[in-house]
Amino acid sequence: MNELVRRGAGEIARAVRSGEVRAREVADAVLERVDAVDDRVGAYLTPLHELARAHADRVDRRLRDGEALPLAGVPLAIKDNMCVTGTRTTCASKILEDWVAPYTATAVARMLAAGCIPIGKTNLDEFAMGSSCENSALGVTRNPYDPSRVPGGSSGGSSAAVAACEAAIGLGSDTGGSIREPGAFCNLVGFKPTYGRISRYGLIAFASSLDQIGPLTRCVEDAALAYDVMAGYDPMDATSIDRPVEPAAPALRESLEGLRVGIVREFDTQKLGSELDGIYRQAYRDLQALGAELVDVALPTADYGLATYYLIAPAECSSNLARFDGVRYGLRVDADDVQAMYERTRAAGFGPEVKRRILIGTHALSSGYYDAYYVRAQKARTLIAGDFERAFERCDAIACPAASQAAFTFNAKSDPYSMYMMDYYTIPMSLAGLPALSVPCGWTTPPGGTLPMPLGLQLCAPLFAERLLLGAAHAYERSTQHARRHEPPVEAVSR
Amino acid sequence: MSSDTIDVRYVAKLARIALTDEEVERFGAQLADLLAHVDALAELDTNAVAATAQVVESRNVFRSDDPAPCLDRETVLSGAPQRQGGFFRVPRIIAE
Repeated sequence: MNELVRRGAGEIARAVRSGEVRAREVADAVLERVDAVDDRVGAYLTPLHELARAHADRVDRRLRDGEALPLAGVPLAIKDNMCVTGTRTTCASKILEDWVAPYTATAVARMLAAGCIPIGKTNLDEFAMGSSCENSALGVTRNPYDPSRVPGGSSGGSSAAVAACEAAIGLGSDTGGSIREPGAFCNLVGFKPTYGRISRYGLIAFASSLDQIGPLTRCVEDAALAYDVMAGYDPMDATSIDRPVEPAAPALRESLEGLRVGIVREFDTQKLGSELDGIYRQAYRDLQALGAELVDVALPTADYGLATYYLIAPAECSSNLARFDGVRYGLRVDADDVQAMYERTRAAGFGPEVKRRILIGTHALSSGYYDAYYVRAQKARTLIAGDFERAFERCDAIACPAASQAAFTFNAKSDPYSMYMMDYYTIPMSLAGLPALSVPCGWTTPPGGTLPMPLGLQLCAPLFAERLLLGAAHAYERSTQHARRHEPPVEAVSR
Repeated sequence: MSSDTIDVRYVAKLARIALTDEEVERFGAQLADLLAHVDALAELDTNAVAATAQVVESRNVFRSDDPAPCLDRETVLSGAPQRQGGFFRVPRIIAE
């Protein structure tokens, strides 16, 4: 393996800018890596060899012309629910299997303008609905740390790509945990900024009041570099926030002196068993050792997050996915009348999880049920956001697990609700719109497994406090270095 | 809150998804299970609580109504499953 592929985004950009290595050499090394391992990992639905080489050559030309490129030559994996002009954009769904995007998402466009090289489009749970990538209609993605286990989801293709050194930055989208959980499962930093910080233009919508794009990276510095490039107002997204972005990369810290970190009373880690309880308690002690003051905080309605989310997200999904009707894009199954054409197209095009969510959302919005389900969930959302507001009067950031377990084996969560439970710790922050990330915090060998699997600590901060959040995560990462303890054994896995 | 069993055939009609009998049965059971879980929200006292649609900076967004470049017709139609000339082609909607 060419050592270039192991480097982080910051390291690569510095090397390419200084002339130590050309962007084209980085692209060739990473594409070679994809060719060598991706038949076993399955991170990419559509590798983009030609486009990647063309972009790399362009980056080398732009550097010669004197352009300053913060992410010069950084190999980028793009979740396949983000549009890139001229590339197949599938949402891992049969309904969009052959659809070619006619424009590029703002977040992707900003990364490419900053010098990134698009390596390919990555697998996901169909329309980003799931926590394991198993709901993809187009491919199987395996966890590079144990191929018998899932990479997490829904951004599991991007997390697997970065973990297997098939990219330095993976773009994900997070609606209820879809960046943070795969980040935790793949030994990465998975960062969801404040709702509205990064434009959703060109991100195919799932639940519009929750969806947020963010990076999956092998270190906090790389997450900050990606955030600094992508964050900021975009007139093409009416919900993007029009206020200045303070760059996070220059504010990465080495200490947590003066920081009050809230430990959530309701998130008692003893429920996770003694081994995980010990790992999370150690993580809290490590924060304290870095100078943080630990504060007991309460989120009394957080326990209702899952129920709230599984009304609001499906309701929004049933509305957003109405556009897939066999007329303007994607699949059509012909029929004599238009009603039958819609029904057959959507029956053939959507997988079971997408159908379930459309049905539950349609039910929750239907006449007679709207107040009992949808409006009540929106009110619960107010209560959950209020809990966080009160907690942040007593602390500057909150620490808790990113997920209740390490990556599980395929087909382990066949009951839909048991899969939904994987987002128990990440959903409350999504409902409140807060910036949150997962950062590696330890390893466990799950029952029945033989390989050590990573665990993630979730850190969460008030709205727009991304600098503080990334700064704190950096200090924790630097002092603990959990991510470096194990290499993904993907090389050793037999074909 | 109502925990009526969900009428899957009716909801599928509203959602424009044709379901097989097997799907009606399977989804019916799964969705009833999920609704039983979300019924927990009835425990919360939400009478005096305002509904939240969007958490960050709720405001109306206007833009000036000026012509600007957009995708050209050929590009847009190239993604359509069926077209006729410069139009999307659909089955007959209005009966003769």
